[in-house]
Amino acid sequence: MREINAKQITDAVSDLCGKANFDIPEDVMNVLRKAYDEEVSPQGKDVLKQIIDNDEIAHNEQVPMCQDTGLAVFFVELGQDVHITGSLLNDAINEGVRKGYKDGYLRKSTCNPFTRKNVGDNTPSIIHVEVVAGDKIKLTMAAKGGGSENMSRVMMMKPSDGLEGIKKYIIDRVRESGSNPCPPVIVGVGIGGTFERSALIAKKSLLRPLNVQNPDPELDKLEKELLASINKLGIGPMGLGGRTTALGVHVIVEPCHIASLPLAVNIQCHSARHKEITI
Amino acid sequence: MANIIKIKTPLTDDVVYQLKSGDSVLITGVMYTGRDAAHKRMIDALNRGEKLPFDIQGQIIYYVGPSPAKPGKPIGSAGPTTSYRMDAYAPTLIKLGLKGMVGKGWRAKEVIDACIKYKAIYFGATGGAGALIARSIKKAEIIAYEDLGPEAVRRIEVVDFPAIVINDVYGNDLYVKGVEQYKQI
Repeated sequence: MREINAKQITDAVSDLCGKANFDIPEDVMNVLRKAYDEEVSPQGKDVLKQIIDNDEIAHNEQVPMCQDTGLAVFFVELGQDVHITGSLLNDAINEGVRKGYKDGYLRKSTCNPFTRKNVGDNTPSIIHVEVVAGDKIKLTMAAKGGGSENMSRVMMMKPSDGLEGIKKYIIDRVRESGSNPCPPVIVGVGIGGTFERSALIAKKSLLRPLNVQNPDPELDKLEKELLASINKLGIGPMGLGGRTTALGVHVIVEPCHIASLPLAVNIQCHSARHKEITI
Repeated sequence: MANIIKIKTPLTDDVVYQLKSGDSVLITGVMYTGRDAAHKRMIDALNRGEKLPFDIQGQIIYYVGPSPAKPGKPIGSAGPTTSYRMDAYAPTLIKLGLKGMVGKGWRAKEVIDACIKYKAIYFGATGGAGALIARSIKKAEIIAYEDLGPEAVRRIEVVDFPAIVINDVYGNDLYVKGVEQYKQI
C-alpha cells in the first residue's frame, strides 16, 4: 500500500487547472492549423486564424484561452494499492480547484440552479473515479465550457433505430447546434450502457487525442464516415459557413440492455482543454 | 475577405443602415457587458418601473462574462457567450433604443424581427478567442450588479474590437447564408 497525502493531490489539481486553461493540447493545435490551410471559406479561414492566434497568446501570456474556464471535470484513475491520507479524495480535488481557479485568474462559473447565485470558487467540481490496478493516481482535468455542453444530448433510441438511426441523430445534433457550440467542434459519442453511462463514455471519448485512432477498426471507420458527413453540413468555423465544422468524432461503445439503445452526444468546442498528471 | 468597416459607438441609424450581413467591422468606443443574470435583472427593473443602469440609446451590449483581470490588465479573457439565452430579453431592450448586440450563435425570430423593426444589428464575435479579443478592450469598470461577479454589468472602452455583422436591418442572416453557400448534404 502506497500512501499519498491529500496535499499532493491538491497541489497537482491546482496546477492542472491553470495549465489546462492556458495551453491548448498540441494535437488540437495541429488539426486547427491543418484546417486553416484547407478551409475554402474566407470568413471561415479568418475565424480559424483568430482561434490559432488566440491560443498562441493564451500559451505565451499564460492567460485562459477562453473566458469560460468551465466546470472542472475530473477523470480519476485510482490505483487500488493507494491509501490517501490527510483528507478525502474529493475534498482534496475541490481544494485544488479553489486554489487553481483563484491563482490562475480563471472565471468561476458554478452557480445555484434556481437563484443563479455564483458559488464563488468554481466548486464543486465534477469527479468521476475509476479504481484500477497499481499504486498510482492518474488525474485528468477537463475544463468544460457551458456553450458546447448546452448543445449536448442523451437520447434513448429504440433498438430498431439501429446504426443508421444513430448516425442520423448525431449528424442532426451537430446541424441543429449550428454556430452555438463554437465550431469547429469535437463530437464525443457514447453508445450503450445505461442512460447515465452513455453520457459518461461520450465525455470520456473526448479525452482521446485527435491524432490517435480508435483502436477498433469498425469504430474508426464509423468515426471517419461521421466526420466526413458533418463537414459537409456547411456550418464551418463559428457557423459563418465553411467546410471545417468538426475536427474529430470520437465514439465509445459498450453493451446495453436488450430493450435499450442509449446514445449520448457530447459536443466539445474547439477550445478542447484537458490535461493529465500521474502521481 | 470583405472590406473591414470601422464603426464608432453609440451607433446611429445612418451607420446601422450601411451595415450588411457578412460585413467585418472594427468597433471603437463604449460598449456595455451583460449576459444571463444581468439581463434578467434589467428586465425585472423595467417591469418595476425602474430605470436601466445605463442610457441604452444607440448602445451596444456585449454578451460576455470575462475572466478576472490579472494585475495591471483592464480585463481578463473576454470572448462572446452564446446569445440565444438572451433572446427572451433582447426585443424589449431593442425597442428601448439598443442598437447592437455582440455574441455568438443563432437568434430567435423575435430578435431578428425586432432588429428589422427598430433598426438594430446583431454582431458575431469569435467564441473561444477571449485572449485575443481582450486586447481590444482598453478599460473596464463595473457599473451595476457587482454581486453577480463575472455577470456584472461593465462599461468597457474598446478600440478596433473585431466582429462580423450576422443579422442586419434588412432581414439577412449570415448563419443561414453561410451554410447555404457551403453545405454539400
